[in-house]
Amino acid sequence: MLAHSVFFYFFSVIAIFSSLMVITSRNTVNSVFFLILDFISVGCLFIMVGAEFLGMIILIVYVGAVAVLFLFVVMMLNVAEQKQSWFIGKKSTHIPIGLIVSVLILLELLVVVGGWKYKDDLMSSSTLNLSNISNTHQLGLVMYTDYILYFQLAGIILLLSMIGAILLTFRQRKGVKKQSYFNQISRNPSSSVELRDVESNKGVKIDD
Amino acid sequence: MEYLQILGNEVYKILFLLVPILVSVAMIVWLDRRVWGLVQKRKGPNVVGPFGLLQTLADALKYIFKEIIIPASANKAVFILAPIVTMTLALVAWAVIPMSEELVLSDINVGILYLFAVSSLGVYGIIMGGWASNSKYPFLGAIRSAAQMVSYEVSIGIIIINVLLCVGSLNLKDIVLAQKELWYVIPLFPMFVIFFISALAETNRPPFDLPEAEAELVAGYQTEYSGMMYAMFWLGEYANILLMCAMGSILFLGGWLPIIDIYPVNIVPAPIWMILKILFLFFLFALIKAIVPRYRYDQLMRLGWKIFLPFSLIYLVLTASFLFYFDKLPKGNF
Repeated sequence: MLAHSVFFYFFSVIAIFSSLMVITSRNTVNSVFFLILDFISVGCLFIMVGAEFLGMIILIVYVGAVAVLFLFVVMMLNVAEQKQSWFIGKKSTHIPIGLIVSVLILLELLVVVGGWKYKDDLMSSSTLNLSNISNTHQLGLVMYTDYILYFQLAGIILLLSMIGAILLTFRQRKGVKKQSYFNQISRNPSSSVELRDVESNKGVKIDD
Repeated sequence: MEYLQILGNEVYKILFLLVPILVSVAMIVWLDRRVWGLVQKRKGPNVVGPFGLLQTLADALKYIFKEIIIPASANKAVFILAPIVTMTLALVAWAVIPMSEELVLSDINVGILYLFAVSSLGVYGIIMGGWASNSKYPFLGAIRSAAQMVSYEVSIGIIIINVLLCVGSLNLKDIVLAQKELWYVIPLFPMFVIFFISALAETNRPPFDLPEAEAELVAGYQTEYSGMMYAMFWLGEYANILLMCAMGSILFLGGWLPIIDIYPVNIVPAPIWMILKILFLFFLFALIKAIVPRYRYDQLMRLGWKIFLPFSLIYLVLTASFLFYFDKLPKGNF
């Protein structure tokens, strides 16, 4: 058990340290890198307690996709200077809003953990059997039977937010030429080459 | 004391995995250049050692003695970290690849997810290198490659789900053993083709090597790198290619299983079959590098999002319905 607890403290110290660095480091790109480190160590903690499926999903979804897009945005916008003005400016509204959100999250966590400590079978599942099948199977069994409605609802909410995000950024641009592969492949000399007699000093009108 | 023994044992096993991989990466670079040369009616590297086999080692020796230049305006820590991340991630994934039924470093339950996660982390080495160089071409190359890798990962994920539907387990060993009767390359042939092309895009190989398109971006994210740091990017890239070949042979070509299970064929040891399959896939990689011209960037994105993604989704629905209708869905042990 010694090695287990050594690794536990190793990963949790890294997780806490990097989450502190996310909010204190001056360079925004660096704080995204620390966020990635945080995700990775949390994923490792999940794997250590035996939730290997959750750990891997955190690695794939958060580190492999979400954080890449974060990095993208932060690198493209070059927001390193903006961040300093948040600290220095006295009329900053970010700190109170951030405080309210974090206090709310803390309260929610307290409620959840308290409820769980108070009565841990508040939502019991009839399909859950704690025999020695892997927790991926276990998750699948519970998710697609007892919680199928919530699962599908979550999926629909995600789909809606995706469509919303696409709609917000979608705009029809004019004057952009698009390549039509079908037209390009299906055209032949007779439809695209034309011989004309050009009168001198007149020129030819090209319809484009 | 016991811990030390276990630790020593593990280190020993890891070395036994890593050293052959590094050597085979060196050999595979030689094979790549050789095939490339033969397609173009050249000889390729044939001077150093027998058939030029030691060419890569000579190159590596040269890289070691070159000076590592760090640009003055670069972000030093990230700049140095980038090739290390690429190399480490490329090697770390090999821990779960089974070479035979017993020969696997760590046989974890979610092996295929682990492979997928590690290969999707591979993009960080490139982004970090491109950003930390603090120069335009590397940055553009890094942005390109990140977009490319994220897009093709999506279709690779759906292809993996296709295979998983037929297997019913995330364990790589189970995936191979489920193909005892029929390799998945036959029922899922279109998925195999898409997997192969997506693997080309995922590893930034030609015809999808836009991040390092030399006519537009000098050498992309590698432009500012020199000496051993460049060599690490390079080795990591080839280790990733080998990894993708191993993944393809596990998912579709039946891993270590022999072609037919009859006497003279099945006495060949399992790891040999695995290596042969990886080599076959790598040979295709090398051939494609030599014969296909480079894609334009918008064509690449169109191929990934508008063709591969819908097609693999439709095939996923078809696979699921087929398995459901004919009652072939894998039954777990519960």
